[in-house]
Amino acid sequence: MRTRPAQNTAATPHWRRARAVQRVAFVALGLSTGLVAVTSLVVVGIILARGAGGLSWEFLTAMPAKGMRAGGIFPAIVGTLELVGLTIAFALPMGVASAIYLTEYAADTWVTRLVRLAIVNLSGVPSVVYGLFGLGLFVIFCRFGTSLLAGALTLAIMTLPVIITASEEALRSVPMSFREVSHSLGASRWQTVRHTVLPLAVPGIMTGTILGISRAAGETAPILFTVAAFYLPRLPQSVFDQAMVLPYHLYVISTQIPNIPQTQRYGTALVLVLLVLALNLSAVVLRARFRRRRQW
Amino acid sequence: MVASDAKMAAQEWSVWYGATQALRAITLDILPREILGIIGPANSGKTSFLRSLNRMGELNPRFRCAGRIWLDGKDLYQGLDSQQVRCRVGIVFALPLPLPLSIRENVVYGPRVRGIRDRRRLDQLLEQSLRAASLWDEVKDRLDLPAMRLSGGQQQRLCIARTLAMEPEVILFDEPCSGLDPISTAKVEETMVQLKSRYTMVLVTNNTKQAARVSDRVAFFLMGELIELDRTGVMFTTPRDSRTNDYLTGRFG
Amino acid sequence: MRWRQAREWVIEQLIRASGISSIVMVVLIFAFLLKEGLAVFQTVPLGDFLAGQRWYPISEPPRFGILPLLCGSALVTGGAALLSVPLSIASALCISEIAKGWAKEALKTGIELFAAIPSVVLGFIGVTVLAPLIRQAFHLPTGLTALTGSITLAFMAMPTIVSITEDALSAVPRGYREAAVALGATRWQMMTRVLLPAAASGIVAAVMLGVGRVIGETMAVMMLTGNAAVIPHSLLQPVRTLTATIAAEMGETVRGSDHYSALFAIGIVLFAISFSINLVADLFLHRTRAR
Repeated sequence: MRTRPAQNTAATPHWRRARAVQRVAFVALGLSTGLVAVTSLVVVGIILARGAGGLSWEFLTAMPAKGMRAGGIFPAIVGTLELVGLTIAFALPMGVASAIYLTEYAADTWVTRLVRLAIVNLSGVPSVVYGLFGLGLFVIFCRFGTSLLAGALTLAIMTLPVIITASEEALRSVPMSFREVSHSLGASRWQTVRHTVLPLAVPGIMTGTILGISRAAGETAPILFTVAAFYLPRLPQSVFDQAMVLPYHLYVISTQIPNIPQTQRYGTALVLVLLVLALNLSAVVLRARFRRRRQW
Repeated sequence: MVASDAKMAAQEWSVWYGATQALRAITLDILPREILGIIGPANSGKTSFLRSLNRMGELNPRFRCAGRIWLDGKDLYQGLDSQQVRCRVGIVFALPLPLPLSIRENVVYGPRVRGIRDRRRLDQLLEQSLRAASLWDEVKDRLDLPAMRLSGGQQQRLCIARTLAMEPEVILFDEPCSGLDPISTAKVEETMVQLKSRYTMVLVTNNTKQAARVSDRVAFFLMGELIELDRTGVMFTTPRDSRTNDYLTGRFG
Repeated sequence: MRWRQAREWVIEQLIRASGISSIVMVVLIFAFLLKEGLAVFQTVPLGDFLAGQRWYPISEPPRFGILPLLCGSALVTGGAALLSVPLSIASALCISEIAKGWAKEALKTGIELFAAIPSVVLGFIGVTVLAPLIRQAFHLPTGLTALTGSITLAFMAMPTIVSITEDALSAVPRGYREAAVALGATRWQMMTRVLLPAAASGIVAAVMLGVGRVIGETMAVMMLTGNAAVIPHSLLQPVRTLTATIAAEMGETVRGSDHYSALFAIGIVLFAISFSINLVADLFLHRTRAR
């Protein structure tokens, strides 16, 4: 191909064969992509179709009853929301501060390289290992016991790399010239960050945080030994209390207890998926709106 | 040696960015209430020099310097804090760079970070600075509009107002009209001349005619060196150095 | 002024402290895994732990050999990679080179959203839909096999591999493509001979990160693979992975017992595996970026 002159390629058998190969290859590529897309749609479709029947006002707002075979999943929904809220409260300030350090304060030294390496590795640590860590540090060493607090701290550390990476990107997208202008007006480094850089980076930071949080909301392994209550038909009283949470509840009712009606299982799966997808969609919308509105 | 009546003075001032030397042992005085024009071709070091005068250069992590710069007889790089310096020596950049805030917030940004909270004082500074930059009449009814909506020339005068609001002693202009049309340029130049009664100004420009129009004295930089410094009339009629003559007659640059 | 400077000093110290928090966390994780896990090696030598063929943690005397678990993880991961890698690279090529306009955006958003579905939900779908299919198709006594896990995990790894591969593909300069097509290559030849080789290190990184995600995956695996701690001989057997072992057994252990620290020791092994995978993947990613 490389050595052949170009002008007489159109008609040669070689060229025609290459076209045929290309057609076959493209069909194969399309089929593979179609397989992936269709499977994803089928999975979502099954959850929607079978879960919708299980959804009702009572299902969302009632306590579980009859060994979780009847009643609702109210405490699991509340537990998940509380856990997620606490996780944001821990992870967001720390993640944003860490990103500010990387973009605004740190020069490119061995320290920053080590920080980046640490972030890469944190994002790769298996979720069940976070569970072990949370058990060792927060539940046992810090004596928080199996509690919302221990679980939220564990999830916060797991979410940290996502928030740091997204915030860093958002901060770096603020043009250098704005920082210069701010400095030229007598602002200190922190004032520049606080009044100029951070406000402009907020949408990007929010997007990243929501994505990180939606992942945390669906995780089960890190909360197995740190928060999750098998069956607790009441709301958590404080951050030192155990709680039921949706992902663990789904695990329990789909594998640990026999004879649970399918509507309960699919209903729980649907609520969890809707929660996570709602978070993700809001991040997508936020990102799109921000891109359109951007003034610079 | 430094003249005792100089507002600012550079003495054997050199600057490097990484391994490249941008300025070579510059020595010059800036007199009170004059407009000092700095001309020279691209990469002659004029902007580097300007940014040395309010310690903006050091924001680049590769910046290194030697020599001294004085402000009212105090060493800019040793006796003073960089934020204080930037409050006393304001700068207007080449491109109009309003922050993505309202007109009002742009102007009071400097006073606010300096810790002025009083609403009336801020309003007073706002009006005073916008008037001095001859922008007040054009924007007084829409102070809370985003500054990005103004035209290029208005934006640049807003940037001047923003600098004035810090109540500086010296104002640095870094090719302030390079992005503007002739009418806006004339307005900005007019503003500068009006400001001369109260401020010391340094004007870096690519446009030798502009330097001739507004400055009292002109310095010619070439490849990081100060070639010649003289009163504007003298410089433009009888330059002493042949390189200055070549530049002014358009033979290079 | 003085007060403001003091406040800023405090804030800056907090920022600096947060800045290195990631390093502190990695060290803490490793330290706590060691603290709780090393004790098991007083009962079981390291060699027996890694190469022992029996995992009977509650028999008398207990046996802590993780070889069956390592094999289980390797089998499930290998199967998932075999399925996932070709499909993912094909999808990435399709998205970045063939699909246009709304189809491209729809595929990208779809994959992003699919990545968001929690693993426990996929595990649940696997149990209720996939496992019965597998059981019928291969006439097995149970549908909970390594294959069931592999198929589900293949789909979980896909979003990671697709999106990083796509980044790598779109990072290849336009000039390369144009040069190839100008020389008379078909687009397919351009893809296989120019694009894929040029994006190779990014694709390797994508595959490694996808595989890393599969090895660490816990819930779906625990729900789908049947959890038999034996050295597997085929994909159609139930197996038990490292992660599932920790998740399934930690709840029943006594704190400080040998079983408890054996599970933490498995955690050390997982940490070491993910650490090395991510390190190598990062090297490959930086190689792409440097060019």
